[in-house]
Amino acid sequence: MTATIRKGPVVGEGSSAAGGGAVSRSRRARPLITYGRWWWALPAIAMVALVHYAATAGGAVYAFTDWTGIGDFDFIGLDNFRRIFDDPKLIGSLKNTLFLAFGFLVLTNVVGLCLALALNRTLKSRYLLRVLFFMPVVLSPLAVSYVWKFIFDFKGPLNGVLGWVGMEPRTWLADPTLALWAVLLVMAWQTTGMVMVIFLAGLATVPIEIEEAAAIDGAGTWRRFRHITIPSIRPSIAIASTLMLIQGLRVFDQVMALTGGGPAGATETLATQVYKQTFALSNFGFGAALALLLTLIMLVFSVLQQVATRDRSQGA
Amino acid sequence: MFRYSPATAVREGVVWVFALLTLLPFYFLVVTALKPSEELLTTSTSAPPSRPTLENFTEVLSGGGDNNILLALGHSVVITAASIVGLVAFGSLAAYVLSRTTRRWGTITFYGFLIAILLPTQLGLVPLYIGARQIGLVGTMWGMVVLYVGTLMPLAVFLYAGFFRNLPRDYEEAASLDGASPGRVFLRVVFPLMSPATGTVAILAGLIVWNDFFSALIFLGGSDNQTLPVSMYYYVGSLVSAWNKIFAIVLISMVPILAFYLFAQKKFIQGFAGGIK
Repeated sequence: MTATIRKGPVVGEGSSAAGGGAVSRSRRARPLITYGRWWWALPAIAMVALVHYAATAGGAVYAFTDWTGIGDFDFIGLDNFRRIFDDPKLIGSLKNTLFLAFGFLVLTNVVGLCLALALNRTLKSRYLLRVLFFMPVVLSPLAVSYVWKFIFDFKGPLNGVLGWVGMEPRTWLADPTLALWAVLLVMAWQTTGMVMVIFLAGLATVPIEIEEAAAIDGAGTWRRFRHITIPSIRPSIAIASTLMLIQGLRVFDQVMALTGGGPAGATETLATQVYKQTFALSNFGFGAALALLLTLIMLVFSVLQQVATRDRSQGA
Repeated sequence: MFRYSPATAVREGVVWVFALLTLLPFYFLVVTALKPSEELLTTSTSAPPSRPTLENFTEVLSGGGDNNILLALGHSVVITAASIVGLVAFGSLAAYVLSRTTRRWGTITFYGFLIAILLPTQLGLVPLYIGARQIGLVGTMWGMVVLYVGTLMPLAVFLYAGFFRNLPRDYEEAASLDGASPGRVFLRVVFPLMSPATGTVAILAGLIVWNDFFSALIFLGGSDNQTLPVSMYYYVGSLVSAWNKIFAIVLISMVPILAFYLFAQKKFIQGFAGGIK
């Protein structure tokens, strides 16, 4: 398929050419057929260079300054980071971010996998159920959070149900511990359908014949799951967990809508702090330092996850 | 083997119970949005309204100034559509060239795009905000479109490149040998063939732009060009506990995307299942 009609020696690094080894790369003969012009890629390259690379590099520089958004600024070394780690509120927001990200990762993956297994085959209404479970994914997290804010309201339906079964009503969003769990629940409720869909795509690659053969050989449900299903959907697990971890680390909308960071900062996350410090308090340098911290955490975790999943697949 | 047995029927029932429980928030949403204000306090929060009304919707939709939900809806539509057009145009061109070239710069540039997918956007937003403020793009729709197109470009290039790699070159070769210029080949041969990839790009990027709150709040908050989530955030903040009105806004914001989803649910699910890989 990579064979193309060219004048002169084949120039390039298509797999066949590289495998041949006898091809000279130094001779830049113009191929007979050119697919597009190189400068077609320029607008995309320019935008990515600006919005991703230049801006991120700029942010990394601001992180070491005391800039307030106007006028001059000084480089203050690691002072911003010292301030972050001296501030119990910011340490708290770091802890909250990690708790929410890992809780989100575990909850969405476990429930998503269960749903995918349940809706993989046999059930008659599985297509309709898939559509229903996926539905929250397409909605705005902000809008979804408002619905849940009502459910968690002191006079809301959740306390209504509790009262009905004879339990005390609780102030869900005003209790520091419960509020964080409430944020986690809303995040997971909205995104589990996405994980389910990723796992369903993975499960579709498991041949039914192998499962049948194993069943005939006497393997029970658990052993088939452990030794056939799990190894086959490992790539899906890697994708789903990486996506969920990164999405969990940048949690913002749900917190802003449900609690605004309260009560008394108990649900602040790094992203809400980046927003408040930078754009509400105009501490651009300090906000950039927080953003840099968040970026580094995301990069470290996504690299770790890549390494972890790669090692396992080699061992398999 | 794996036939539909009574046990399967039980399993189906259990999944349905879970599904209905999961979808319960939608029930509260609709029921409350239809309640007149006086019923908010007199009826149970989970009971349907005894006198359903659409007055919440008409009141919320007639809000002026910063609370103009219809205007915000319009801004969201324009910004989302323009971002999708930009991503499809520039993303497909770049991905096409990069996946067809045999030169080394193509591979290196492609890796540049891939790494950008991993780079979180939060850190870049601070300098981008400052830069945009200097050239007067903060609070404008075009500034927002440039930001979204730039932010999501790596995703678009990645999706298109994956598609072009599996697209046979035969048609392009034939057109080219018949004397069509590269530009003509792209417009007349490649462009019509790439619509499945365009659908995935439009759905994934469109959803992200439509639902984005973080950067929209930073760049458009308080301006005349607020998108739906930003407007909703400020409007809801001013409504305190008037849940029937809040839910009218929430429902209005959900209806366009839900209608689109139910209309093209297969493509949505495929896009999320395969597109992200």
